Amino acid sequence: MTAPNRIVFDHVSVSFRTESGTLPVVDDVSFTVKDREFVSLVGPSGCGKTTMLNILAGFVLPTSGSVTLDGAPIAGPSPDRGVIFQEYGVFPWLTVEANIEFGLRLRANLKSVTERTNVCDRYLKLMGLSEFRKAYPRTLSGGMRQRLALARAYAVAPQFLLMDEPFGALDAQTRTAMQDLLLEVLQKEGKTVVMITHSVEEAIYLSSRVVVVSARPSRVRCIVEIPFPYPRTESLHEKPEFLQLRSRIRDLVMLEYAAQEQQTRDAAPH
Amino acid sequence: MISASSYKKGLALLLPWAAVVAIWTLVHYSGLVKPTLVPTPAQVTVRFWQLLSNGSLPLDMLISSRRVLTGVALGTLLAVPTGFLLGWYKSVHFFADPLVNFFRALPPIALIPLVVVYFGIGETAKVVVLFYAAFFSGVIVMYEGISQISPIYIRVARTLGATDGEIFRRVIVPLSLPHILTAVRVELGVVWATLVASELIAAQNGLGALIQNASAFFQLDVIYLGIICIGLIALAMDLTLRKIARRFLNWQERISS
Ligand SMILES: Nc1ncnc2c1ncn2[C@@H]1O[C@H](COP(=O)(O)OP(=O)(O)OP(=O)(O)O)[C@@H](O)[C@H]1O
Ligand SMILES: [Mg+2]
Repeated sequence: MTAPNRIVFDHVSVSFRTESGTLPVVDDVSFTVKDREFVSLVGPSGCGKTTMLNILAGFVLPTSGSVTLDGAPIAGPSPDRGVIFQEYGVFPWLTVEANIEFGLRLRANLKSVTERTNVCDRYLKLMGLSEFRKAYPRTLSGGMRQRLALARAYAVAPQFLLMDEPFGALDAQTRTAMQDLLLEVLQKEGKTVVMITHSVEEAIYLSSRVVVVSARPSRVRCIVEIPFPYPRTESLHEKPEFLQLRSRIRDLVMLEYAAQEQQTRDAAPH
Repeated sequence: MISASSYKKGLALLLPWAAVVAIWTLVHYSGLVKPTLVPTPAQVTVRFWQLLSNGSLPLDMLISSRRVLTGVALGTLLAVPTGFLLGWYKSVHFFADPLVNFFRALPPIALIPLVVVYFGIGETAKVVVLFYAAFFSGVIVMYEGISQISPIYIRVARTLGATDGEIFRRVIVPLSLPHILTAVRVELGVVWATLVASELIAAQNGLGALIQNASAFFQLDVIYLGIICIGLIALAMDLTLRKIARRFLNWQERISS
């Protein structure tokens, strides 16, 4: 008995109109994400990963094919899909607390003052930001901003979490800590997650499946099942199965990175 | 209690002013220029007390400040929405930008004959000139500011469920406030600089009129006094605005603080 499909990419292609003609960015991509699954997309820079996430977020429409959420096409952004952007986008004019409460003051998910405070307290504590509740983002470190973005997205209780290289800008230690925190939070409140990452290790450690994406235009190279059960701990990194998977996926990914590089070099003016 | 460091800081702030007064005095006594052409600081101070005690200087300052503030207020009122339109809608910007730059380049003083024809020589005419100067300098600042607002914040708000109205109120407005304050500061500078020109229009009072009347009678000390008053009031207004900005926009990252 398997969980139902929640996200379905069905022969999706996207091309953008640019000054030099049309640029195909996504080409005939099909994959599905089941309920409570954690799916990672890995692939070379500029291949079209963010574009695919933007379709899910409701910012980009497929040129052909369809993307459905619980069977319905995506009409636009909605608070049931929390998005963590590559550049976080914490609101600099609001305190940490007000950032987290931002979504709860909107008509779409309006909450009473006490409810807001409760939700805010909970995520401040979870993300280790309680001391900074009255601080403005400019005084926060990169890792703290990342946690704040996560807390703000979580506060409106989305069913889906779409993350674009959420830990890309963090140092190795903070990154590991954030990965474990994410696993811990997901363990408590199950969500269906799609994440983009450049780190094969991160993809394996967090995901239930890894989609390897080709050089531009994005095609699905292969989809790798990650068999390790949750909850996962860091010792997983040393398991021989983990290392095997890592080298297998890394080989696939390296080929695509090389192809993308070749493509970029060919496109460069001589 | 005044600490030693804040005392030092106050002293350091006074230093450049003391230097200006010293150079001014030196020029008077140096013999490089005819002493009658450069009044001493003491002469200007005497004149200051005299005009202060007969009540004419406070009145001039008040009237000029009122004209400036009216011009800036009206200019801002129109510059903010116009700046929004220009910064927000690329097509509006495409059509309006050359116009804005055309009118912005015209010196207000060159418009005075036309202003007199259309608005007479009363208070309205003076305020119109100041409004003109305020509006076109404010619009540029607003436009530049609004068009720099990063779309990421709007996207984030949308993913959290914000409607267009909510995005405007909760994202665009707070992000625009710093630019509005900058626009007001720039306008104040430009409008004070235009004040004397606007008071060329048959003004009986105001600091610009004071200066022009003094020039007719070759009262150099009064001219100096008028100029200093304009500079000081403009400085005071700018400091006040900066204080307000610091109070309300303390979330901003600053290169120096
Ligand atoms: N709105 C757009 N208009 C035109 N071209 C676009 C647009 N959005 C993206 N592109 C182009 O599509 C390609 C893929 O972009 P995308 O951001 O999806 O890549 P990515 O895989 O997320 O890369 P990275 O790993 O570097 O973030 C790029 O060549 C980009 O220039
Ligand atoms: Mg990207």
